[in-house]
Amino acid sequence: MRRFLRPGHDPVRERLKRDLFQFNKTVEHGFPHQPSALGYSSFLRLMAIGTRSGAIKLYGAPGVEFMGLHEENNTVMQIHFIPDQCQLVTLLDDNSLHLWSLKQHSGASELREEHRFTLKGPPGSPPSATQITAVLPHSSREVLYLGTESGNIFVVELPSFKVLEDRTITSEAVLQWVPEDYCSRRSCELVEALREHPKNPDQILIGYSRGLIVLWDLQNSKVTHQFLGSEQLENLYWQRDGSKFISCHYDGSYTQWPVSSDNRQPEPLENLVPYGPFPCKAISKIYWQTTKNGLPYIIFQGGMPRASYGDRHSISVVHGSQQTAFDFTSRVIDFFIIFSSEPSAEFDDPSAMVVLAEEELVVIDLKTAGWPAVHPPYLASLHCSAITCSHHVSNIPLKLWERIISAGSKQNIHYSSMPWPIDGGTNIAPDPPQRDLLLTGHEDGTVRFWDASGVCLHLLYKLSTVKVFLTDADPNDNMNTQGEDEWPPLRKVGTFDPYSDDPRLGIQKIYLCKYSGYLAVAGTAGQVLVMELNDEDAEHIVDHAEADLLQDQEGYRWKGHEKLKTRDGPVQFEAGFQPFVLVQCQPPAVVTSLALHSEWKLVAFGTSHGFGLFDHQQKRLVFVKCTLHPSDQLALEGPLSRVKSLKKSLRQSFRRIRRSRVSSRKRRGGSGNASEVQEANAKFDQDTLQEMELAPVQRKIEARSAEDSFTGFVRTLYFADTFLRDSSRHCPSLWAGTNGGTVYAFCLRVPPAERRMDEPVRAEQAKEIQLMHRAPVVGILVLDGRSAPLPEPLEVAHDLSKSPDMQGSHQLLVVSEEQFKVFTLPKVSSKLKLKLTALEGCRVRKVMVANFGSCRTDDYSENDLAVLTNLGDIQIISLPFLKLQIRYPCIRKEDVSGIASCVFTKYGQGFYLISPSEFERFSLSTKWLVEPRCIVDMPEVTSNNHVHNKSDMENTARKSSLGDYGEDERKSGRLMEHALLNDEKVLKEIQSTLEGSR
Amino acid sequence: QFGAEFRRFSLDRYKPGKFEDFYKLILHIHHIANLEVMIGYADVHGDLLPINNDDNFFKAVSSAHPLLRVFVQRQDEVDYSNFGTNTLSRKKKALVTLRNDNLRRRPHINISMPHDFRPVSSIIDVDILPETHRRVRLYRHGCEKPLGFYIRDGTSVRVTPHGLEKVPGIFISRMVPGGLAESTGLLAVNDEVLEVNGIEVAGKTLDQVTDMMIANSHNLIITVKPANQRNNVIRSSRMSGSSGQSTDSTASHHSLPTSHMLQNFHPDEMESDEEADIVIEGGLEPQHIPKLHSLTSSSLSRINGSSLGHRLQRDLVLNNNSGRESNGNIHKLLSSLKTDPRHSLVIPRGGIEEDGTVITL
Repeated sequence: MRRFLRPGHDPVRERLKRDLFQFNKTVEHGFPHQPSALGYSSFLRLMAIGTRSGAIKLYGAPGVEFMGLHEENNTVMQIHFIPDQCQLVTLLDDNSLHLWSLKQHSGASELREEHRFTLKGPPGSPPSATQITAVLPHSSREVLYLGTESGNIFVVELPSFKVLEDRTITSEAVLQWVPEDYCSRRSCELVEALREHPKNPDQILIGYSRGLIVLWDLQNSKVTHQFLGSEQLENLYWQRDGSKFISCHYDGSYTQWPVSSDNRQPEPLENLVPYGPFPCKAISKIYWQTTKNGLPYIIFQGGMPRASYGDRHSISVVHGSQQTAFDFTSRVIDFFIIFSSEPSAEFDDPSAMVVLAEEELVVIDLKTAGWPAVHPPYLASLHCSAITCSHHVSNIPLKLWERIISAGSKQNIHYSSMPWPIDGGTNIAPDPPQRDLLLTGHEDGTVRFWDASGVCLHLLYKLSTVKVFLTDADPNDNMNTQGEDEWPPLRKVGTFDPYSDDPRLGIQKIYLCKYSGYLAVAGTAGQVLVMELNDEDAEHIVDHAEADLLQDQEGYRWKGHEKLKTRDGPVQFEAGFQPFVLVQCQPPAVVTSLALHSEWKLVAFGTSHGFGLFDHQQKRLVFVKCTLHPSDQLALEGPLSRVKSLKKSLRQSFRRIRRSRVSSRKRRGGSGNASEVQEANAKFDQDTLQEMELAPVQRKIEARSAEDSFTGFVRTLYFADTFLRDSSRHCPSLWAGTNGGTVYAFCLRVPPAERRMDEPVRAEQAKEIQLMHRAPVVGILVLDGRSAPLPEPLEVAHDLSKSPDMQGSHQLLVVSEEQFKVFTLPKVSSKLKLKLTALEGCRVRKVMVANFGSCRTDDYSENDLAVLTNLGDIQIISLPFLKLQIRYPCIRKEDVSGIASCVFTKYGQGFYLISPSEFERFSLSTKWLVEPRCIVDMPEVTSNNHVHNKSDMENTARKSSLGDYGEDERKSGRLMEHALLNDEKVLKEIQSTLEGSR
Repeated sequence: QFGAEFRRFSLDRYKPGKFEDFYKLILHIHHIANLEVMIGYADVHGDLLPINNDDNFFKAVSSAHPLLRVFVQRQDEVDYSNFGTNTLSRKKKALVTLRNDNLRRRPHINISMPHDFRPVSSIIDVDILPETHRRVRLYRHGCEKPLGFYIRDGTSVRVTPHGLEKVPGIFISRMVPGGLAESTGLLAVNDEVLEVNGIEVAGKTLDQVTDMMIANSHNLIITVKPANQRNNVIRSSRMSGSSGQSTDSTASHHSLPTSHMLQNFHPDEMESDEEADIVIEGGLEPQHIPKLHSLTSSSLSRINGSSLGHRLQRDLVLNNNSGRESNGNIHKLLSSLKTDPRHSLVIPRGGIEEDGTVITL
C-alpha cells in the first residue's frame, strides 16, 4: 500500500534535502594502520608518514593535516622532502617514484600528486639494475640521486623525472679510484646510503652495502676520498661542519671517519660497539648531534646484544655520561631528530626525537632532564588496548569539560611540558562548533575520553575500572622495574599494550550524562559500574549488589566465565570518575544494553538473559525481568561453554593473530581515494573468503521462530516519561527490546525528590509487544505531541531543550533490524511502518536520532533517523513519517568491524573504525562538518632560491584564478556557516557559564 | 430441500438499492429467513458469480439481459471445488464461480469442504508472467511446517542484445524433505529465483536475498524460472471476464475494496503480508480472553477504518503476577492462534494448477 500513498516528487522537499544533508568523509583520527615510512622537512616543519596501503599523511601543527593516496596502493618505502620546497618524493615497493606537492587552492593548501616515474634500465638489464635503494634529493632542488641495487647511481631531473644519463655515477667509475686489493671483494654491490656534504653541495657521500664509502665530486665526476670500511654498512650521517661522518653497521658498531683535504684514504677515527662485546644486532640509523657544551648527542637505532635483547625495539640516546635505550612497544619504522636547521647556527642543539613505531608515535624531549616523552596532540594510538565499544556525547557543558580536563591533566604529569615541536603550517579551519566527547571502551577495562570537537582527536582523560576488582594480574609484575646499574639502560616508552590479562574486564557499554556527570559503564562479565565525577582523590567503599536475572529458573547452568571478584574494603581512587555502585549480573554474561537516567537516579542494564533496573540513589535493585525463552539453551550456558577448554590457548592465538594481521593486511586508505583502497581490501577479503569457503555457500530460508537462539538477548533499553497506561496521565517508564522482537514496557513510580530516599521506586509491567516478524529490536524511541523525540534527562532542567509536548498524543517508534514501526500511545496500535529488509534486503545495524540544520537558514532544523545498514549504507529516514530521505554508501559491507564500531552523533556526524587504530569521521550534515583546512606557507628562503619560488607562486596564482566557481561559492557558503556556528557557540558558552555559577 | 424452486420478481434496474435489502428480499420471497444462503447470478458468459455486496449486486443488476438469473444456495452446500480458472484464483477475493448442476452436466469431483484445508501455496500472476517463469506464493502463517529450502549463488545465462551473457543469479539449492516448499511441488532445486515479493533480486547478494525472504517469510511470493520447463501451464487464450482488471499482483491485491468482502473471508488472511503484532496489556483489570471469532471480527472493523495498517490487535490479558507464568500464557495463546479456524476458511488454490487441469465453464 505504501507505494501507492507515496507522494510524487516534491521539489520543495528536494531542495530542502539538499540544504540539510550532505555526505562527506572528513578526516581520519588516530594512528595510521601499518605505517611503513617516515619523512620530515625541517624547512616546512612537517612530518610525513607513509603506509603499506600507499597512503601518505602529512602532519604539522595541531589541525594541519594532509592526506594523499597512491593509486597503486603499494607500500611506501621512503619519503624525502625536496629541500626548501613544498614538495616531497615517495618511493613505493614497486620501485616507482612519486612527486607530491602542497599547493594552495581556494584558500587552503592541498596535497596533490604531480608526477610519477619508474626508473628503467637499458633493455635486457636485470631488474636489480634499476631497483632503487637510496634516494637523495639534492639541495639544488633540480635533481634526485637514485642509488640502486646494481651499485649505479642515476640522476633524474625534477620535476620532470628526466634521466640525465651523462651524469650517472656507475660503480665502474667509482671503482677505478679504489685500490685493487679492496675491489676484489665486490665492494660496490648495492648503494646503501647517499648523503650530501653539509657545506659543499658538489660533494656527495656514497655508501655501498659491503662497507665501501666514497666521497664523490659532482663537478669533476671523480672520487675525492675513499673510506675502506670492512663491515656491512647500514647507514651514514654527516656531522654538521662536514669534517667528519659516522657510519653504522650490521654488526652493531659505528665508526667515525675524518674528512680532510690532506688524507684521501683516511683510517677511522673511532670504531665502537656500544652494546658489545657479545654479538649485537645492526645499528640501522645513527645521528651525531653537536651541542654548545661540546658533548654530542649520539642517537642510534638498534645495536642491542643479539642473544639477550635481540627482540627489543630500541633507540639509544647517548649524551656524555647519560645513556638511555628507549624500549618501544612495537617495531621502530623510522625516527628523526628535530634540531636547529638554521644554516648559520653553529651547533645542532637537538630538541626532540620523533619515533614512528609500528603502533604508535613517540616524541622524546631531549632538552629537559630525564628526557620525558611529549604528549602528542594527534596520531593517538586508539588501539593501545583494543577498542570494544564507543559512545559519543555532543555539546558538553563547559563546566564538565573543564573538570574532565583537570582530571586528565593530573594523569599526564609525567609528560614533558615542551610545546609540540612539529609545528609547520597554519590551521585555518573554523573553531569547532561545540565541545564533543568520544568515549572509547577498551578490552583492558579502561575508558578513554577523547576530545572529538575538532580535527585532532586528543586524549583528555583515561579511566580505569580495574581497581574495583581483584584480577589475576600481579601488581608486582612490573616490566619497568629496572635497577640503577642495569645494562643496557632500557626504558619503556609508549602506551601501546594490546594484551589484556583478563578479558572479563572489557568495557561493553558506556553511558555518560553530560549534565550531572554521572557515568555508567558495563562490561564483559556482567558488571555495571555507576560513577560520579570527583575533583579530588578519594578512598571509599564501592557498594555492591547482585542482580539474578534468571530468578527462579531451575535446571540451568551457566558454563561461561565466572563473575569478577570484587575488592573488599575501601579503594583509593584518583580524581576523576569514581565508581560508587557496582551491580553484577548473574549469570555474569556480557552486558548488551545500558541506560542511565540521571534525573530519576536509575540505571537499567540487560544481558542475554534479561534486564534489571537499579536505583543508584537508594542503592537498591528495583526489579529484574528474565527474557529467556525456555528452549534457549545456548544463552543459558554461555557462549564460551563449547570452547572453554580452549579458552586460554585461544587467547594466545588471538594475540598472535592480532599481531600477524598487522603484517598481512594492507591498510585501508583515506577519504580521497577510499573506494580504491576499499576495493583492494574487498579483493583481499574475497580471496580469504574463497579460501575459507570451498563448499558452495547456501543460505537457509526460514522464518524466525520463538525457538531461535538468543531471543532473550536484550538489545536496547530506553527511559521515557510518557503515556504508557492512559492518555491522561504520563509516568516514567522503562522500555526494553530483545533479539526476538519483543518489547517490554514497565511503568515506574519514582518518589518525588523530597521523599526520594524514603520511598522505594516501584515498577510494574504495563505492556509487552511481540513483533510478528521477530527481528531484533535495535531502537526504541518515544515522540512527543509535536513528533519530536523526548529530550534527554536533565536537558530541560538545564534549559537546553524545549520541554516535551505532553498535550498531544505521544507515539512509540520501534526500530527492529527489519522494520521501522510507529505505534500510538497509550494504546499500542500500529500507525506507520517502513519495511526496510523486505524491500531492500538490508538490515538495520545502528540507528540514532540526529538533528539536521539547514545550511541556508539558521532557524530551520529537523530530527531524522540516521541509520547504518548491514550493507554499510547510511540512510536518513524522516520522523515521524518514516520516509527515506537519502542514502549514501559509507562502509564496505565486508568490513564487519567497521560497521559494528560505527557511532552517530546527535548532529549528524559519525565515526567508525577503518583499522584497529583509526576512526574515520564522516558527516551527513551540511552544517556540522569537521574537516582539516590549513595552509602551508613557504617560509622565507635564502636569496638564491628566490627566482624559483616566484615562478612557483605565479603558477599557483594562475591555477587558482582558473579554479572553478563552484569552489568559491562553497567557500563563501562555509564562511557564512562559520559565522552562524560561532554565534551558536557563543550562546552555548553563555549558557554553560550560567549553569556553572548556579 | 430447495432442489428446484423458481421465483420471479422485479427490481428497479437503475436503482437496485442495497445488497442487504436484496438479501432480505430474497430470503423473504423464498421464505427461508432462517437459513444462511449464498446468492449467485449468471453473467453474460453464463458464468455463475456470487452476489454478496453492493458492488457486485449492482453489476449483476445492470448486466441482466433481460432477466437476471439469481441462484440461491444454502451456504453449507456451496460447492467450492469448481471455482475460477487460474487467473481467477489469483484474486484473493476469490471470485468463486459456483457450479450449477442445472445448467451444466459435468461429472462432480468430490473434494472436501474448504474449511478442511488451509492454503499452503499458490501460483499467481500466470497471465502477466512469461510462460517460462512461475510466481509462487507460500503461506507459512499458521503452518507448523518449516518453509524448508535453501538458496545459493550461481550463474545464469541471459539473452541480451549482445548475445548470450553469463550473469550471477540466485538459485534454490536444497529442499528440506517434508518442508512447505517441497510439499507444494511448485519449487525445485536449481530453480532460479528472479523476484522476491515483487522486488527483483538481480544485483543483490545472497545474504540480501536471504534477508528479504526471511523478512517476507509469512507471505513469501517468489518468482522463479523453473529448472524444469516441461511442466509449464499451457494457458488457454480465453480469459474470464474479470481477469483483465489486474496488471500486477500487488496492484490487484490492493485495488480490491477490502471493505466489501465476504464476511467469512477474513481480511487479515487476504492481506496476510500485514502481520499482526501482539500487544499484551499488563496491569489492567483482568478480563476474560475474548473469543477468537469476536476478535477477528472486531479487528476487521478496525482494518476497514484505517487505510494504512491492517493490523490485528489482540487484547489479551494475563495475570501479570510472575513473568514465568505469563510467558506460558502467551505461549498457549500463540499456539492457539496458529490453529485459528479463520485460516481454514480460505479456499485452497494450489492444487488445481499443479497438474495442469484447467477448469473452464
